[in-house]
Amino acid sequence: MRFLNHTLPNGLEVIAECNDEANTSAVGFFVKTGARDETDEVSGVSHFLEHMVFKGTPSRSAEDVNREFDEFGAHYNAYTSEEQTVYYAAVLPEYVRPTVELWADVLRPSLRTEDFTTEKQVILEEIKMYEDQPPFGGDDRIRATHFGKHPLGRSVLGTIDTVGALDVEQMRAYFQQRYSPDNIVLAAAGKIDFEDLVKTAERACGAWQRTDAGRVVERAVGQTGFECVHKEAATQEYVIQLADAPAVADDDRVAAKILTTIVGDDSGSRLYWELVDPGIAEHASLSHHEYFGSGVYITYLAQDPEYAEKNLQAVLAIYREVEKHGVTAQELSLAKNKLASRIVLGSEKPRGRLFVVGANWTYRREYRTVKDDLALVDSIQLDDITQVLKRYPLSKSTTLAIGPLKKLKAPK
Amino acid sequence: MSSQIFTHTFDNGLVLLAEPMESLESAAFTLRVPGGNAYEPADRAGLATLAQELAIRGCGSRNNRQFVEDLDNLGVERGESVFDSHASYSGATLARKLTPALEIFADLVQRPTLPDDELEACKMTVLQEISAIEDEPSQKVMLELRRQHFPDPWGRPSHGSEQGVVSTSIADIRQFVARTYQPRGAILGVAGRVDWDQLRCDVERLFGKWKAQPELTITERPAGDRVTHIAHESNQTQIGIAYPSVAYRDKDYFQAWGAVGVLSGGMSSRLFTEVREKRGLCYSVFASQTTLRDRGSVICYAGTSAERAQETLDVTLGELRRLKEGVLPEELARLRARMKSALVMQQESSSARSGSLVRDYYYLGAPRTMEETNRLVDGLTADSINAYLTANPPQQFTIVTLGSQPLKVDANAIS
Repeated sequence: MRFLNHTLPNGLEVIAECNDEANTSAVGFFVKTGARDETDEVSGVSHFLEHMVFKGTPSRSAEDVNREFDEFGAHYNAYTSEEQTVYYAAVLPEYVRPTVELWADVLRPSLRTEDFTTEKQVILEEIKMYEDQPPFGGDDRIRATHFGKHPLGRSVLGTIDTVGALDVEQMRAYFQQRYSPDNIVLAAAGKIDFEDLVKTAERACGAWQRTDAGRVVERAVGQTGFECVHKEAATQEYVIQLADAPAVADDDRVAAKILTTIVGDDSGSRLYWELVDPGIAEHASLSHHEYFGSGVYITYLAQDPEYAEKNLQAVLAIYREVEKHGVTAQELSLAKNKLASRIVLGSEKPRGRLFVVGANWTYRREYRTVKDDLALVDSIQLDDITQVLKRYPLSKSTTLAIGPLKKLKAPK
Repeated sequence: MSSQIFTHTFDNGLVLLAEPMESLESAAFTLRVPGGNAYEPADRAGLATLAQELAIRGCGSRNNRQFVEDLDNLGVERGESVFDSHASYSGATLARKLTPALEIFADLVQRPTLPDDELEACKMTVLQEISAIEDEPSQKVMLELRRQHFPDPWGRPSHGSEQGVVSTSIADIRQFVARTYQPRGAILGVAGRVDWDQLRCDVERLFGKWKAQPELTITERPAGDRVTHIAHESNQTQIGIAYPSVAYRDKDYFQAWGAVGVLSGGMSSRLFTEVREKRGLCYSVFASQTTLRDRGSVICYAGTSAERAQETLDVTLGELRRLKEGVLPEELARLRARMKSALVMQQESSSARSGSLVRDYYYLGAPRTMEETNRLVDGLTADSINAYLTANPPQQFTIVTLGSQPLKVDANAIS
């Protein structure tokens, strides 16, 4: 297992974890742009652009793009988050070169007006689909409340109105500014010939013009508040809470991961035993999400409306209890075993390693082996958990409930 | 790619399958016992899921909490589900922790406590799952499609019905578990870093004394309506379509698989191209092959805004009917490329492999190596698929829609 990296003259970085034993390869272009880089006028443009990338280039139609990926037997897709747009593919090793060439070509898309108009319909359908599903847009709404004017409060999808009003010129301008080679990392994992990967990148991306995309990162200070949104058609009541948590570069982010495993993992956690095991919540979890400069703990509850008030009170009591007394040595050891097993299971596939290696580099400019990650998890002590709770308490949060209830009492 | 599958049938009927995967650190298992919902009495819909919920709440000397903690300590990523034919328990962890994990599941299937005082919590859990489906329109339409399309008991939703769950007693569950959590018809598949001889000894020790019960039987009842609309207040209309195909064990299965792959394998496939890419009608549209032991079906889904739903249904049905005009060699070539890489990728996941071992055995009555699957896919030609499609054109559709307005279905579609 070797880690290698190289920067092209135009700023595009190429990184790879090369594993000669692997039988498959995974490659991805990590573009450092997302909802946080948008303005009100173009809300949703990053995600819409991610769709438009598949619509063709001066030398390829949309059908060519889809056809060629399928000819390579590629298992490929893309996603957009608050701060990244990632294009990735898992392939057999002999297809790495043509797959990178194809991604490189489509990442300079034509953005034709006619395709823009058709694809807008697909995006509007996607927005409507999410509006019909839990939590019925509640996730975007609480993000806006919690982060206020901070860019992390922006919606990835945008709304029917903002996407509906977008024109292709706005997207072209956004693309020009954000898809600069110095804002992109080409990452690879599995069986990779690094020399050939760099040569391919030079050939396929070397002519990309640098526009110095950049991004100003300010730490967000989360709001606190409580809101109950009435949704007549819903059957269950859904509750989301956001609280400030460690960011990507904070040392206590691993302690936060272990803390949320102990308190709110899907199974065997404090929330599980208190709410899910007795059957009073259909779902109850706490997780940690990290961004540049900020992070959030996300609590998510789904339950029969009649239990919502009691469950919210119980969650607050659990959070206060752990803030006051910390966690036990036995809980810490269980959580470490769970996480260690997840790290190893997740690392067996190159397509699993791609996202870990890519995120470590784009977020922290570091390379970590599986062993490094296991050692880091193992190093966390009870006091680290106490410290992270002091800096980032779970109970200081913004809450949003959405469902059939018209009113819901805030817990005390 | 080279793989070897070991098989052993114990005296009590339990089948053990194993595929060593030397390149991995992990090992995974899938244990299926015949506690599926096809064996529920009609007025106890949800019994199989309740039995599973209760079975994980204590076994051997462990109570509910010890069961979860012991597995967490072993780092087992676990999952449970109920199918028509089986209740399934699966897990993956570091290879050296496999045997201790199997010990726990040996207790679960042979010595479940089935504690009376946990039944109420189990019922509440399952009732909440039933309510939650009301908020997931795409899931709801597909559940209803299965219910209408398949002869009962094959289209039953795993969580059952509110009525069935409420009516189920602890005695019902104990009786169901005694009858169906048995080695006859049970299959244990293991994949990953394992040693076959050692594994076989361990499984003999852990499951060898499990006592067989009388064989289970099923009585079928006819399928439901061909066209159903469910009124639902939502932005989008959900469309589910099913039609008969062949079973996994049928000699023509891969011909049918190839035809569905042309419809919906990869982003260059017909449904994605015609419905989403060219017309922008929806975000999600797909078709897939599904199988029972002795017959198969194709299941399709599309979700779109109410005002575009009629066009989406018409275009989708049009593509299904157009299949009989034939597939092209280049469409098959793309499908084959995707399948080849998918098979190699499956070799990187012990969980995926252990699940496939068990499914293949159940549907075929014998294991199937990846080389054999590869060979079967290699044997396909556009001509062979087209001959199959001429003899078996997509027809006799079952259609379920969910949304604010019903759609018009042309009478030819269902005949």
